[in-house]
Amino acid sequence: MDTFIQDLTEQISQASAAGRAVAIHGGNTKSFYGGAVTGQALDMRPYTGIIDYEPKELVLTARAGTTLAEIETAMARDNQMLPFEPPYFAEGATIGGTVATGLSGPRRPYTGAVRDFVLGTRIVNGKGEDLRFGGRVIKNVAGYDVSRLMTGAMGTLGVLLDLSFKVLPKPPDEITLRYELDEATAILRFNEWAGRPLPISATSWHEGVAMLRLSGAIAGVKAAREKLGGDLVDGADAEKFWRDLRDHRLAFFQTDEPVWRLSVPSTTPALNLDLPHWMEWGGALRWLRGATDAKTLRAKVEAAGGHVTLFRGGEKTSGVFHPLPPVLSKIHRNLKSAFDPANILNPGRMDNF
Amino acid sequence: MTRLPDNALLEDLSRITPPLNVIVDRERLRPFETDAFISHRAVPMCAILPESEAQVCEILKSCSARGVPVVTRGAGTGISGGAIPRDDGVLVVLTRLNAVKQVDPLARTARVGPGVRNVVVSEVAAPHGLFYAPDPSSQLICSIGGNVAENSGGVHCLKYGLTTHNLMQVRVVLSEGEVITVGSLALDTAGYDLLAVVTGSEGMLGLITEIVVKLQPIPEYVETLLAAFPTVNDAAGAVGQIIGGGVIPAALEMMDKMVIEACEKFMSAGFPLDAEALLLIELDGAREEVAEQLAQVERVLVNCHAQEIRRAKDDAEREKLWKARKGAFAALATIRPDYYTIDGTIPRRCLPDVLARYEILAQEYGMLVANVFHAGDGNLHPCIFYDATVPGEMERSEELGGKMLEICVEVGGTITGEHGVGIEKLRQMCIQFRPNEIAAFHAIKAAFDPSGVLNPGKGIPELKRCSEWGGMHVRNGQMPRADIPRF
Repeated sequence: MDTFIQDLTEQISQASAAGRAVAIHGGNTKSFYGGAVTGQALDMRPYTGIIDYEPKELVLTARAGTTLAEIETAMARDNQMLPFEPPYFAEGATIGGTVATGLSGPRRPYTGAVRDFVLGTRIVNGKGEDLRFGGRVIKNVAGYDVSRLMTGAMGTLGVLLDLSFKVLPKPPDEITLRYELDEATAILRFNEWAGRPLPISATSWHEGVAMLRLSGAIAGVKAAREKLGGDLVDGADAEKFWRDLRDHRLAFFQTDEPVWRLSVPSTTPALNLDLPHWMEWGGALRWLRGATDAKTLRAKVEAAGGHVTLFRGGEKTSGVFHPLPPVLSKIHRNLKSAFDPANILNPGRMDNF
Repeated sequence: MTRLPDNALLEDLSRITPPLNVIVDRERLRPFETDAFISHRAVPMCAILPESEAQVCEILKSCSARGVPVVTRGAGTGISGGAIPRDDGVLVVLTRLNAVKQVDPLARTARVGPGVRNVVVSEVAAPHGLFYAPDPSSQLICSIGGNVAENSGGVHCLKYGLTTHNLMQVRVVLSEGEVITVGSLALDTAGYDLLAVVTGSEGMLGLITEIVVKLQPIPEYVETLLAAFPTVNDAAGAVGQIIGGGVIPAALEMMDKMVIEACEKFMSAGFPLDAEALLLIELDGAREEVAEQLAQVERVLVNCHAQEIRRAKDDAEREKLWKARKGAFAALATIRPDYYTIDGTIPRRCLPDVLARYEILAQEYGMLVANVFHAGDGNLHPCIFYDATVPGEMERSEELGGKMLEICVEVGGTITGEHGVGIEKLRQMCIQFRPNEIAAFHAIKAAFDPSGVLNPGKGIPELKRCSEWGGMHVRNGQMPRADIPRF
């Protein structure tokens, strides 16, 4: 692995000097996401393996090319999990791709996002420098929080090498309840429930059907179930449902039409956008399917305090990511040139500054 | 940066409307000359207490145009010296931006000014069954703005996270006077995670003028346990087994023999005299969930040879158990009036080894060291007791503290888990980070603050200073104010 890093730093230094773009990839399971990028392919899959995992420490360190499947299998042996329930989308998804895209699954509003659990990163920046930030301990405030800055940066600030995470025990029990609710009532209920000490771990609403997942100690889940009513969903069906929602395998997402990701304040009322939509994250995430004018959609969602990503498909020329205000744009450009002065790392992948 | 005549800047400031509260009188500036890292002090050119974000923008425009350094201060409870002024700069005190602007119970957020005290946020949220989780020991007086600047922790971090996990959105005034919003009321934002970068940036990137925090439901039920162990290994083993067994306690604190002895001597707490370590464990959640976890935890404690387990029956008893920790320090301070608290974090498995090395060092220096440990997340707070009136004692405590931090880095930990770098740990930054990493930090600062006027010289060491210090023995760390608990 030392040879891999040595070769990588050399390759990046040369690319930097020559101004030659590098397109970083792992399992290519999320290559649909983000702006179009051209450049010499940099395959991170050979850089693989769990470096350190001590369940009692709640800390795991893995190389970026390690697959999520390998990590989650190793953790399952000790009844632990990556708390942000990362989407796979397809086989071969890597932990590096997960951190680079910053995407989290259904558990996100209740336990936290990828960025909340990243403790440390080792990266190679656009100058070919091998750098380490953060660490393998849960509390660490030495220096700026570069590890979280890398999370969701789409590989535009550095090639991710080693990644450390805080992990959590798997809840002993998990059940899913089903309700028939209209959209406005679902939004209200999701928010009310989240304000009470209940072991909620996921929420979903689509076409009049709300789903609520509870995870925790057996007695705690049972007590919550008694308070919350609803119809109990069969365990295997529920597990499949949440996994399919996480990985966009539900029929709603199996489409050639564009899929828009609307991240909004959880209490935002129904947006009435006349397109099929799916809500999760307690109301804070709304998926929209179909062709629509990006500008109009963005204006409407921005007015509600949110932002819009053209998540999959559609016409990328109108921008994948929500445009940033000028001052934020300037800071983004400054940061990009601080980490990657020759603009060789995934140029164009993040297309909003 | 050349020092300009005070008059030019003061004239600029006098033109700002509505008129600013500017303190220039030296005697009235005295209270601002240090924060809670009192061994360093400086009197600023002036202290300004703005009452609006618009005024903050104007202040920064004037200062950056004239290249005058700006240090920001909240309640001044920081113990790494981040808010200590410069004699060639201004001090901007944000305590008057102390409005609670909105509590949204349905969205579970509170919008507050940076000067609002930490505890007030939980107080205004309480009627809605909600609270603000990060609870630094100084929470009665420390400000939320300072918490964001330092990424403060507290005893409940393992379960509820640090400040960075409990923020939605922050408004920041940049050095040129522009205002940005980082984060949002949604769960993520477009672009880089600038909220993460701003949190814990110690006043070096911008001035925080408004914060939207996340509120959590108040747990239905709490259980508190105190257990005594014959060895540190047993106690550390219990911590590992509790967590490894799937229970994340709300608080999990370890205390060493020194603390137990103090409890005995001054409070007749009645702990077994051969006990080497105490664990204070708090479980919270739904009543049934806590009952289930309590049974599991008690089994672990017994298996790990706990000599005695005490369980609080009510809030009064809970308070009494926490006193075993808090009271011990007051007691120890009667033998040696001053103490210096270290903030290193280590992988928990290294605990017995690190504590043993600390003990050897303490004996070598002939100093009292009591260890309190946020055991769940590996954050160590050894307290070195000394008497500042005895010549050389303070310096020896600093040297000892520096050595202890070196050990943290050596075993794969960090020099600061929650107190920040400030000026206190600049030298240790050179040990934890390599030159190109420190250069990257400076580049981040320049991306936000191109004129470099915001809190210069704090948080990130200058590279040339690192090479001057390189090869030197780490020797820093200073005396905090002994009257505020901070561990």
